[in-house]
Amino acid sequence: MTIAAKEYDFHAARLRLERKTKSAGEKLTTLEKAAALVKDGDLLAIGGCLYSRTPLALLWALLRRRPRDLTLARNLMSYEGEWAMVAGAAKKVITAWMGIGLPWGLSRIQREYVEQGKVEFEEWSHLALGLRFRAAAMGVPFLPSLTMLGSDLMGVGGSKTIECPYTGRTLHAVPALFPDVALIHVHRADRTGNGQIDGYPHMDADLARAATTVIMTAEEIVSEDQIRRHPDRTVIPGFAVDALVHVPYGSYPHECYALYDSEPSHFTTYVDGIKARGAAGVADYLDRYVYAPASHADYIALFDERTRRDAVDRARMLTS
Amino acid sequence: MSAPRSTVTANELLAVMGARALKDDTTVFAGVGAPLMAAALAQRTHAPTLTMVIEGGIVGPAFKPGELPISTNEMRTAYRAQMLPGITDAFLLAQRGFLDVGFIGGAQIDRFGNLNTSAIGGYDRPAVRLPGTGGANDIISLCREVMILTVHEKRRFSERVDFVTSPGYLTGGDARRDSGLLFGGVSRMVTTLGVFDFEPESRRMRLIALHRGATVDDVQANTGFEVLVSNDLHTTEPPTDKELTLLRTLDPKRQFIG
Repeated sequence: MTIAAKEYDFHAARLRLERKTKSAGEKLTTLEKAAALVKDGDLLAIGGCLYSRTPLALLWALLRRRPRDLTLARNLMSYEGEWAMVAGAAKKVITAWMGIGLPWGLSRIQREYVEQGKVEFEEWSHLALGLRFRAAAMGVPFLPSLTMLGSDLMGVGGSKTIECPYTGRTLHAVPALFPDVALIHVHRADRTGNGQIDGYPHMDADLARAATTVIMTAEEIVSEDQIRRHPDRTVIPGFAVDALVHVPYGSYPHECYALYDSEPSHFTTYVDGIKARGAAGVADYLDRYVYAPASHADYIALFDERTRRDAVDRARMLTS
Repeated sequence: MSAPRSTVTANELLAVMGARALKDDTTVFAGVGAPLMAAALAQRTHAPTLTMVIEGGIVGPAFKPGELPISTNEMRTAYRAQMLPGITDAFLLAQRGFLDVGFIGGAQIDRFGNLNTSAIGGYDRPAVRLPGTGGANDIISLCREVMILTVHEKRRFSERVDFVTSPGYLTGGDARRDSGLLFGGVSRMVTTLGVFDFEPESRRMRLIALHRGATVDDVQANTGFEVLVSNDLHTTEPPTDKELTLLRTLDPKRQFIG
């Protein structure tokens, strides 16, 4: 396979960014308006990692718009990838790994959709995908690396090697990945989009620099003064952010470091639905959790309050 | 004093043997399950100055007994860690040369230590699509040495893997180095039957030790190709009570040790 030039064309990506306004003004909007910035056919980079700090509220709002032909790029893809496949929203997935975790086994949806050719599945090593976003964040077409060399993964995305101009060694020229849109969930931001993340940073800061359009949700909107008192904590500059939405529990039932734990029992119920009825299990889940609730708050209310309180308690215990 | 063999689970055996291979004053790249148990056990026995690096971008985690992580990036993995550098930067520590040992497993393994966790029966329209490499390819490409921990089942050991997700010695001999992989390679493989290395010239899998109760015939019968056998074949010491007690203290609900 060969990589689409759009993914690594640093020149075109830079011109797209130069044409954009880079405002230090108000970014706050609604989930619906933020999700409307995604167009059919876009390449979306999804922040967080696996079931950690996944921008689930944004994905929830996006899927309700019934998008089509999206390419989803995420370092480790959890069941949001299954949602997009079953909802008919994804034509391609770019990732290093897909599933929830060992206790839940192989993703039956990934198996069905890839084995039957219903979705294109492009696999990169975890570091290589990280370097693809990092190269884009740096505005260069590739980064040299020693990873993936010699493996059959080199042929999957159409990777090329280069001879090092200094040492003559063979290096993997890991191509940049410039997404159209990045979806990111953070702990706190001011209303102009300066974003702060607690705990493990995953790849979000690179995603925010790599994408043309950045859509962000935050657990908490704080004053500009509070950001200015702790600027060392800011990892996403406000001028890079196009839309910001205040969404408490914006990753739930995935985890958000120090704020709430994930809900493995909910994952088990979800996977049980797939074991019983395959893709129809996911379709039923989407009907109940994504399409039916009138608002994101209504979606969150489908999880009982005590369960959510326990998730908060566990997070406190694990980070103190 | 050793515990009765029958009471030792597959993952306990792999964790104990993996732990014993780790040295003090070194670093290890470990995933969840048996590798993480091995590293945690080594720290609690002979290697207190061993540092773990975890794929989720976590350096020096402590782990809370009874709260071991399911994934490499969650609060249980980061519990009382020393540093949270992010995923890309954690792997770059390995590319720089800071990681002495990496642990990996695989669905399909061949005689040259190549592993497949991508697809059985062709990449584009596979018979079985597997989850993918995750960080396994990076670990095997970038750590100074790599140890494979796996259950020994015939279906896992094929003459050739269908897809090289994680390169061992590729087609043997110098093929790995010739591909541009200047560092590392698989130094050990611990299975539920024994311990293997890769013969230095041909780079073919070679049995160097059997766990107590296992035979060369067992190994050959459960491997889909001819395994070399070292002239110096020995028998491993079974897990001790102390090792098993430490593992069971870490995982009292037996979520990971089985």
